[in-house]
Amino acid sequence: MVQLTLPRNSQVTEGKVWDKPAGATNLREYRIYRWNPDDGRNPRVDTYFVDTDDCGPMVLDGLIYIKNKVDPTLTFRRSCREGICGSCAMNIDGTNTLACTKGTDEVAGDVVKIYPLPHMPVVKDLIPDLTRFYAQHRSIEPWLKTTTPQPEKEWRQSHEDRQKLDGLYECILCACCSTSCPSYWWNGDRYLGPAILLQAYRWLIDSRDEATGERLDDLEDPFRLYRCHTIMNCTQACPKGLNPAKAIAEIKKMLVERRV
Amino acid sequence: MSNADLRGNRPLSPHLQIYKPILTMVVSIVHRITGAALYFGTILLAWWLIAAAAGPEYFEFVNAIYGSIIGQLILFGFTWALVHHMLSGVRHLIWSLGKGFELKFAEWMARITIISSVSLTILLWIIGYLVR
Repeated sequence: MVQLTLPRNSQVTEGKVWDKPAGATNLREYRIYRWNPDDGRNPRVDTYFVDTDDCGPMVLDGLIYIKNKVDPTLTFRRSCREGICGSCAMNIDGTNTLACTKGTDEVAGDVVKIYPLPHMPVVKDLIPDLTRFYAQHRSIEPWLKTTTPQPEKEWRQSHEDRQKLDGLYECILCACCSTSCPSYWWNGDRYLGPAILLQAYRWLIDSRDEATGERLDDLEDPFRLYRCHTIMNCTQACPKGLNPAKAIAEIKKMLVERRV
Repeated sequence: MSNADLRGNRPLSPHLQIYKPILTMVVSIVHRITGAALYFGTILLAWWLIAAAAGPEYFEFVNAIYGSIIGQLILFGFTWALVHHMLSGVRHLIWSLGKGFELKFAEWMARITIISSVSLTILLWIIGYLVR
Protein backbone atom coordinates (compact mmCIF):
# COMPACT_ATOMS: atom_id res chain seq x y z
CA MET A 1 0.00 0.00 0.00
CA VAL A 2 1.01 3.58 -0.51
CA GLN A 3 2.79 4.98 2.49
CA LEU A 4 4.48 8.23 1.60
CA THR A 5 6.36 8.64 4.87
CA LEU A 6 8.89 6.37 6.52
CA PRO A 7 7.93 4.20 9.49
CA ARG A 8 9.15 5.45 12.86
CA ASN A 9 12.11 3.06 13.10
CA SER A 10 13.30 4.12 9.64
CA GLN A 11 13.38 7.88 9.99
CA VAL A 12 16.83 9.18 9.26
CA THR A 13 18.64 11.26 11.86
CA GLU A 14 21.72 13.46 11.78
CA GLY A 15 24.89 11.41 12.10
CA LYS A 16 28.53 11.93 12.83
CA VAL A 17 30.92 14.22 10.95
CA TRP A 18 34.17 12.32 10.50
CA ASP A 19 37.57 14.04 10.58
CA LYS A 20 39.04 15.34 7.35
CA PRO A 21 42.09 13.39 6.16
CA ALA A 22 45.26 15.15 7.33
CA GLY A 23 47.30 17.03 4.76
CA ALA A 24 44.75 16.76 1.96
CA THR A 25 44.25 19.74 -0.33
CA ASN A 26 41.37 18.56 -2.53
CA LEU A 27 38.43 17.19 -0.58
CA ARG A 28 35.06 15.81 -1.64
CA GLU A 29 32.26 15.57 0.87
CA TYR A 30 30.24 12.34 1.09
CA ARG A 31 27.02 11.98 3.05
CA ILE A 32 26.22 8.34 3.54
CA TYR A 33 23.26 6.49 5.04
CA ARG A 34 24.26 4.34 8.01
CA TRP A 35 22.31 1.79 9.97
CA ASN A 36 23.75 -0.66 12.42
CA PRO A 37 21.48 -3.56 13.40
CA ASP A 38 23.35 -3.96 16.71
CA ASP A 39 23.07 -0.54 18.32
CA GLY A 40 19.26 -0.25 18.41
CA ARG A 41 19.27 3.27 16.99
CA ASN A 42 17.56 4.81 13.98
CA PRO A 43 19.39 5.19 10.67
CA ARG A 44 21.58 8.27 10.38
CA VAL A 45 23.57 10.12 7.72
CA ASP A 46 27.30 10.37 8.37
CA THR A 47 29.54 12.96 6.72
CA TYR A 48 32.93 11.93 5.37
CA PHE A 49 35.68 13.72 3.48
CA VAL A 50 37.64 12.02 0.73
CA ASP A 51 41.07 13.15 -0.46
CA THR A 52 40.44 13.21 -4.21
CA ASP A 53 44.19 13.24 -4.98
CA ASP A 54 44.49 9.87 -3.24
CA CYS A 55 41.34 8.29 -4.69
CA GLY A 56 40.07 6.86 -7.98
CA PRO A 57 37.45 8.61 -10.12
CA MET A 58 34.36 6.53 -9.34
CA VAL A 59 31.94 6.75 -6.43
CA LEU A 60 32.91 3.19 -5.51
CA ASP A 61 36.53 4.38 -5.20
CA GLY A 62 35.33 6.98 -2.73
CA LEU A 63 33.49 4.36 -0.70
CA ILE A 64 36.54 2.09 -0.65
CA TYR A 65 38.71 5.07 0.38
CA ILE A 66 36.39 5.74 3.31
CA LYS A 67 36.29 2.09 4.36
CA ASN A 68 40.08 1.72 4.14
CA LYS A 69 41.20 5.03 5.58
CA VAL A 70 38.42 6.63 7.60
CA ASP A 71 35.79 4.23 8.88
CA PRO A 72 36.20 0.46 8.46
CA THR A 73 32.66 -0.16 9.76
CA LEU A 74 31.07 1.31 6.61
CA THR A 75 29.34 -1.61 4.93
CA PHE A 76 28.47 -2.02 1.26
CA ARG A 77 28.45 -4.71 -1.42
CA ARG A 78 30.96 -4.63 -4.24
CA SER A 79 32.72 -7.13 -6.40
CA CYS A 80 33.63 -6.66 -10.05
CA ARG A 81 34.14 -2.85 -10.04
CA GLU A 82 33.25 -2.78 -13.76
CA GLY A 83 29.48 -2.80 -13.97
CA ILE A 84 28.88 -6.48 -14.68
CA CYS A 85 28.08 -8.01 -11.28
CA GLY A 86 25.49 -5.52 -10.07
CA SER A 87 26.58 -5.74 -6.44
CA CYS A 88 27.20 -2.06 -5.78
CA ALA A 89 23.73 -0.86 -6.82
CA MET A 90 22.72 2.04 -4.59
CA ASN A 91 21.06 5.44 -4.67
CA ILE A 92 23.66 8.07 -5.57
CA ASP A 93 22.74 11.72 -5.96
CA GLY A 94 19.03 10.81 -5.92
CA THR A 95 19.16 8.17 -8.64
CA ASN A 96 19.72 4.43 -8.52
CA THR A 97 22.90 3.34 -10.24
CA LEU A 98 26.08 1.32 -9.83
CA ALA A 99 28.72 2.99 -7.66
CA CYS A 100 31.48 1.47 -9.80
CA THR A 101 30.34 3.04 -13.08
CA LYS A 102 29.20 6.37 -11.64
CA GLY A 103 31.97 8.96 -11.85
CA THR A 104 32.20 11.43 -8.98
CA ASP A 105 32.44 14.14 -11.66
CA GLU A 106 28.92 13.16 -12.80
CA VAL A 107 27.54 14.12 -9.41
CA ALA A 108 26.45 17.76 -9.54
CA GLY A 109 27.17 19.92 -6.51
CA ASP A 110 29.79 19.52 -3.83
CA VAL A 111 28.26 16.68 -1.85
CA VAL A 112 27.95 13.05 -2.92
CA LYS A 113 24.81 11.72 -1.23
CA ILE A 114 24.52 7.96 -0.97
CA TYR A 115 21.58 5.87 0.24
CA PRO A 116 20.73 2.18 -0.11
CA LEU A 117 18.34 1.16 -2.90
CA PRO A 118 15.01 2.84 -2.04
CA HIS A 119 12.07 1.29 -0.17
CA MET A 120 13.87 -1.91 0.76
CA PRO A 121 14.52 -3.51 4.15
CA VAL A 122 18.07 -2.58 5.17
CA VAL A 123 20.43 -5.30 6.39
CA LYS A 124 23.18 -2.83 7.28
CA ASP A 125 24.29 0.57 5.95
CA LEU A 126 24.08 0.42 2.13
CA ILE A 127 23.05 -3.24 1.95
CA PRO A 128 19.39 -3.89 1.14
CA ASP A 129 17.68 -7.22 1.64
CA LEU A 130 17.01 -8.57 -1.86
CA THR A 131 15.37 -11.84 -0.79
CA ARG A 132 11.97 -10.96 -2.21
CA PHE A 133 13.51 -9.68 -5.44
CA TYR A 134 15.27 -13.00 -5.99
CA ALA A 135 12.14 -14.95 -5.06
CA GLN A 136 10.19 -12.97 -7.66
CA HIS A 137 12.87 -13.78 -10.23
CA ARG A 138 12.50 -17.47 -9.33
CA SER A 139 8.75 -17.20 -9.77
CA ILE A 140 8.94 -16.43 -13.50
CA GLU A 141 10.98 -19.63 -14.06
CA PRO A 142 13.89 -17.96 -15.84
CA TRP A 143 15.11 -20.92 -17.86
CA LEU A 144 14.41 -22.51 -21.21
CA LYS A 145 11.23 -24.60 -21.11
CA THR A 146 10.57 -27.01 -23.96
CA THR A 147 8.32 -29.94 -24.82
CA THR A 148 9.97 -31.17 -28.02
CA PRO A 149 12.74 -33.73 -27.50
CA GLN A 150 16.20 -32.37 -26.81
CA PRO A 151 18.15 -31.94 -30.07
CA GLU A 152 21.36 -33.89 -30.49
CA LYS A 153 23.62 -30.84 -30.36
CA GLU A 154 22.01 -27.56 -29.37
CA TRP A 155 18.81 -25.55 -29.69
CA ARG A 156 19.27 -23.68 -32.95
CA GLN A 157 18.25 -20.07 -33.39
CA SER A 158 18.30 -17.78 -36.42
CA HIS A 159 20.26 -14.55 -36.36
CA GLU A 160 17.01 -12.58 -36.43
CA ASP A 161 15.58 -14.48 -33.50
CA ARG A 162 18.81 -14.10 -31.56
CA GLN A 163 18.72 -10.35 -32.13
CA LYS A 164 15.39 -10.18 -30.32
CA LEU A 165 17.29 -10.91 -27.10
CA ASP A 166 19.54 -7.88 -27.48
CA GLY A 167 18.71 -5.28 -24.87
CA LEU A 168 17.34 -8.04 -22.62
CA TYR A 169 20.08 -10.57 -21.96
CA GLU A 170 22.44 -7.81 -20.76
CA CYS A 171 20.41 -7.32 -17.58
CA ILE A 172 22.61 -7.99 -14.53
CA LEU A 173 19.74 -8.04 -11.99
CA CYS A 174 21.22 -5.22 -9.94
CA ALA A 175 17.68 -4.11 -8.93
CA CYS A 176 18.34 -0.44 -9.74
CA CYS A 177 15.20 -0.29 -11.91
CA SER A 178 12.81 -2.18 -9.65
CA THR A 179 13.74 -0.11 -6.60
CA SER A 180 13.36 3.13 -8.56
CA CYS A 181 9.75 2.31 -9.42
CA PRO A 182 7.05 3.94 -7.27
CA SER A 183 4.66 1.13 -8.21
CA TYR A 184 7.19 -1.37 -6.87
CA TRP A 185 7.57 0.76 -3.74
CA TRP A 186 3.84 0.67 -3.00
CA ASN A 187 3.03 -2.83 -4.30
CA GLY A 188 6.32 -4.70 -4.27
CA ASP A 189 4.71 -7.64 -2.51
CA ARG A 190 2.46 -8.37 -5.49
CA TYR A 191 3.88 -6.42 -8.44
CA LEU A 192 6.88 -8.15 -10.03
CA GLY A 193 8.68 -4.89 -10.89
CA PRO A 194 10.61 -3.86 -14.01
CA ALA A 195 13.69 -6.07 -13.64
CA ILE A 196 11.73 -9.29 -13.26
CA LEU A 197 9.27 -8.35 -16.02
CA LEU A 198 12.16 -7.60 -18.38
CA GLN A 199 13.47 -11.08 -17.55
CA ALA A 200 10.01 -12.52 -18.14
CA TYR A 201 9.93 -10.89 -21.57
CA ARG A 202 13.41 -12.23 -22.28
CA TRP A 203 11.96 -15.76 -22.06
CA LEU A 204 8.67 -14.90 -23.77
CA ILE A 205 10.46 -13.61 -26.85
CA ASP A 206 13.04 -16.39 -27.00
CA SER A 207 12.29 -18.40 -30.18
CA ARG A 208 13.52 -21.62 -28.52
CA ASP A 209 11.18 -21.40 -25.54
CA GLU A 210 7.96 -23.42 -25.85
CA ALA A 211 6.11 -22.25 -22.75
CA THR A 212 5.05 -18.82 -24.03
CA GLY A 213 1.35 -19.46 -23.37
CA GLU A 214 1.81 -20.55 -19.75
CA ARG A 215 4.23 -17.71 -19.13
CA LEU A 216 1.65 -15.21 -20.38
CA ASP A 217 -1.06 -16.87 -18.28
CA ASP A 218 1.07 -16.36 -15.19
CA LEU A 219 1.63 -12.69 -15.96
CA GLU A 220 -1.99 -11.84 -16.81
CA ASP A 221 -2.77 -10.42 -13.41
CA PRO A 222 -3.80 -6.96 -12.22
CA PHE A 223 -0.83 -6.84 -9.88
CA ARG A 224 2.00 -8.97 -11.21
CA LEU A 225 2.12 -7.11 -14.54
CA TYR A 226 -0.44 -4.34 -14.67
CA ARG A 227 0.85 -2.26 -11.76
CA CYS A 228 3.19 -0.80 -14.37
CA HIS A 229 1.91 2.70 -15.16
CA THR A 230 4.79 3.66 -17.46
CA ILE A 231 6.37 6.04 -14.96
CA MET A 232 9.67 5.38 -16.79
CA ASN A 233 11.88 5.58 -13.67
CA CYS A 234 13.16 2.09 -14.52
CA THR A 235 14.50 3.08 -17.92
CA GLN A 236 15.88 6.31 -16.49
CA ALA A 237 17.76 4.39 -13.80
CA CYS A 238 19.13 1.35 -15.66
CA PRO A 239 22.93 1.57 -15.47
CA LYS A 240 23.20 -0.77 -18.46
CA GLY A 241 21.05 1.47 -20.68
CA LEU A 242 18.28 -1.11 -21.06
CA ASN A 243 14.59 -0.31 -21.40
CA PRO A 244 12.42 -2.30 -18.96
CA ALA A 245 9.44 0.01 -19.61
CA LYS A 246 9.46 -1.03 -23.26
CA ALA A 247 9.82 -4.72 -22.39
CA ILE A 248 6.78 -4.47 -20.12
CA ALA A 249 4.81 -2.72 -22.87
CA GLU A 250 5.73 -5.59 -25.21
CA ILE A 251 4.32 -8.10 -22.71
CA LYS A 252 1.09 -6.10 -22.48
CA LYS A 253 0.96 -6.09 -26.28
CA MET A 254 1.47 -9.88 -26.46
CA LEU A 255 -1.44 -10.33 -24.06
CA VAL A 256 -3.71 -8.19 -26.25
CA GLU A 257 -2.54 -9.80 -29.48
CA ARG A 258 -3.24 -13.35 -28.37
CA ARG A 259 -6.86 -12.39 -27.73
CA VAL A 260 -7.59 -10.93 -31.16
CA MET B 1 20.62 -14.42 2.33
CA SER B 2 18.72 -17.63 3.07
CA ASN B 3 18.30 -16.58 6.70
CA ALA B 4 17.04 -13.12 5.77
CA ASP B 5 14.36 -11.96 8.16
CA LEU B 6 11.91 -9.70 6.33
CA ARG B 7 9.77 -9.20 9.41
CA GLY B 8 12.69 -8.25 11.63
CA ASN B 9 13.29 -4.80 12.96
CA ARG B 10 14.92 -3.70 9.76
CA PRO B 11 14.38 -0.11 8.71
CA LEU B 12 12.85 0.73 5.35
CA SER B 13 15.30 2.65 3.18
CA PRO B 14 14.24 6.19 2.19
CA HIS B 15 12.39 6.47 -1.12
CA LEU B 16 10.28 9.53 -2.09
CA GLN B 17 12.28 11.54 0.43
CA ILE B 18 15.54 11.11 -1.45
CA TYR B 19 14.65 10.23 -5.06
CA LYS B 20 15.48 12.98 -7.51
CA PRO B 21 12.31 14.20 -9.27
CA ILE B 22 12.60 13.12 -12.90
CA LEU B 23 10.48 14.85 -15.53
CA THR B 24 8.74 11.66 -16.72
CA MET B 25 8.04 10.69 -13.10
CA VAL B 26 6.65 14.12 -12.24
CA VAL B 27 4.29 14.08 -15.22
CA SER B 28 3.15 10.59 -14.21
CA ILE B 29 2.37 11.82 -10.70
CA VAL B 30 0.55 14.86 -12.12
CA HIS B 31 -1.44 12.51 -14.38
CA ARG B 32 -2.62 10.61 -11.31
CA ILE B 33 -3.43 13.78 -9.35
CA THR B 34 -5.33 15.41 -12.23
CA GLY B 35 -7.19 12.14 -12.77
CA ALA B 36 -8.35 12.25 -9.16
CA ALA B 37 -9.19 15.97 -9.48
CA LEU B 38 -11.48 15.18 -12.41
CA TYR B 39 -13.83 13.30 -10.07
CA PHE B 40 -14.19 16.51 -8.09
CA GLY B 41 -14.56 18.56 -11.29
CA THR B 42 -17.27 16.24 -12.58
CA ILE B 43 -19.21 16.83 -9.37
CA LEU B 44 -19.00 20.57 -10.08
CA LEU B 45 -20.28 20.00 -13.62
CA ALA B 46 -23.10 17.77 -12.38
CA TRP B 47 -24.05 20.35 -9.76
CA TRP B 48 -24.21 23.03 -12.46
CA LEU B 49 -26.46 20.87 -14.67
CA ILE B 50 -28.70 19.98 -11.73
CA ALA B 51 -28.93 23.68 -10.91
CA ALA B 52 -29.95 24.42 -14.50
CA ALA B 53 -32.69 21.80 -14.24
CA ALA B 54 -33.82 23.05 -10.84
CA GLY B 55 -34.90 26.47 -12.04
CA PRO B 56 -33.63 29.96 -12.82
CA GLU B 57 -33.21 31.07 -9.20
CA TYR B 58 -31.05 28.16 -8.12
CA PHE B 59 -29.12 28.35 -11.41
CA GLU B 60 -28.35 32.02 -10.70
CA PHE B 61 -27.14 31.06 -7.23
CA VAL B 62 -24.72 28.38 -8.49
CA ASN B 63 -23.60 30.63 -11.35
CA ALA B 64 -22.75 33.34 -8.82
CA ILE B 65 -20.57 30.89 -6.90
CA TYR B 66 -18.82 29.71 -10.06
CA GLY B 67 -18.45 33.29 -11.27
CA SER B 68 -16.73 34.51 -8.10
CA ILE B 69 -12.96 34.89 -8.03
CA ILE B 70 -12.45 31.68 -6.05
CA GLY B 71 -15.01 29.86 -8.18
CA GLN B 72 -13.24 30.90 -11.37
CA LEU B 73 -9.89 29.85 -9.93
CA ILE B 74 -11.29 26.40 -9.16
CA LEU B 75 -12.84 26.17 -12.63
CA PHE B 76 -9.52 27.24 -14.15
CA GLY B 77 -7.84 24.43 -12.22
CA PHE B 78 -10.52 22.01 -13.42
CA THR B 79 -9.94 23.07 -17.02
CA TRP B 80 -6.21 22.55 -16.66
CA ALA B 81 -6.70 19.16 -14.98
CA LEU B 82 -8.98 18.09 -17.83
CA VAL B 83 -6.65 19.28 -20.59
CA HIS B 84 -3.54 17.93 -18.89
CA HIS B 85 -5.08 14.54 -18.18
CA MET B 86 -6.27 14.28 -21.78
CA LEU B 87 -2.92 15.23 -23.32
CA SER B 88 -1.08 13.00 -20.87
CA GLY B 89 -3.46 10.24 -21.90
CA VAL B 90 -2.29 10.63 -25.49
CA ARG B 91 1.19 9.61 -24.28
CA HIS B 92 -0.34 6.49 -22.80
CA LEU B 93 -2.06 5.73 -26.11
CA ILE B 94 1.28 5.95 -27.89
CA TRP B 95 2.89 3.74 -25.24
CA SER B 96 0.06 1.23 -25.54
CA LEU B 97 1.11 0.75 -29.16
CA GLY B 98 4.56 -0.18 -27.86
CA LYS B 99 6.09 3.03 -29.20
CA GLY B 100 7.70 6.11 -27.66
CA PHE B 101 9.90 4.41 -25.07
CA GLU B 102 13.20 5.99 -26.12
CA LEU B 103 14.23 8.18 -23.18
CA LYS B 104 14.71 11.34 -25.22
CA PHE B 105 11.32 10.98 -26.87
CA ALA B 106 9.55 10.14 -23.60
CA GLU B 107 11.07 13.23 -22.00
CA TRP B 108 10.06 15.32 -24.98
CA MET B 109 6.47 14.08 -24.67
CA ALA B 110 6.48 14.93 -20.96
CA ARG B 111 7.73 18.45 -21.65
CA ILE B 112 5.24 19.01 -24.49
CA THR B 113 2.40 17.74 -22.29
CA ILE B 114 3.12 20.32 -19.59
CA ILE B 115 3.72 23.22 -21.97
CA SER B 116 0.68 22.56 -24.13
CA SER B 117 -1.67 21.81 -21.23
CA VAL B 118 -0.87 25.15 -19.62
CA SER B 119 -1.04 27.14 -22.85
CA LEU B 120 -4.21 25.40 -24.09
CA THR B 121 -5.91 26.11 -20.76
CA ILE B 122 -5.00 29.80 -20.91
CA LEU B 123 -6.14 29.93 -24.54
CA LEU B 124 -9.47 28.29 -23.67
CA TRP B 125 -10.07 30.87 -20.95
CA ILE B 126 -9.16 33.77 -23.21
CA ILE B 127 -11.65 32.48 -25.79
CA GLY B 128 -14.17 31.97 -23.00
CA TYR B 129 -13.84 35.57 -21.87
CA LEU B 130 -13.99 36.87 -25.46
CA VAL B 131 -17.24 35.11 -26.35
CA ARG B 132 -18.93 35.97 -23.05
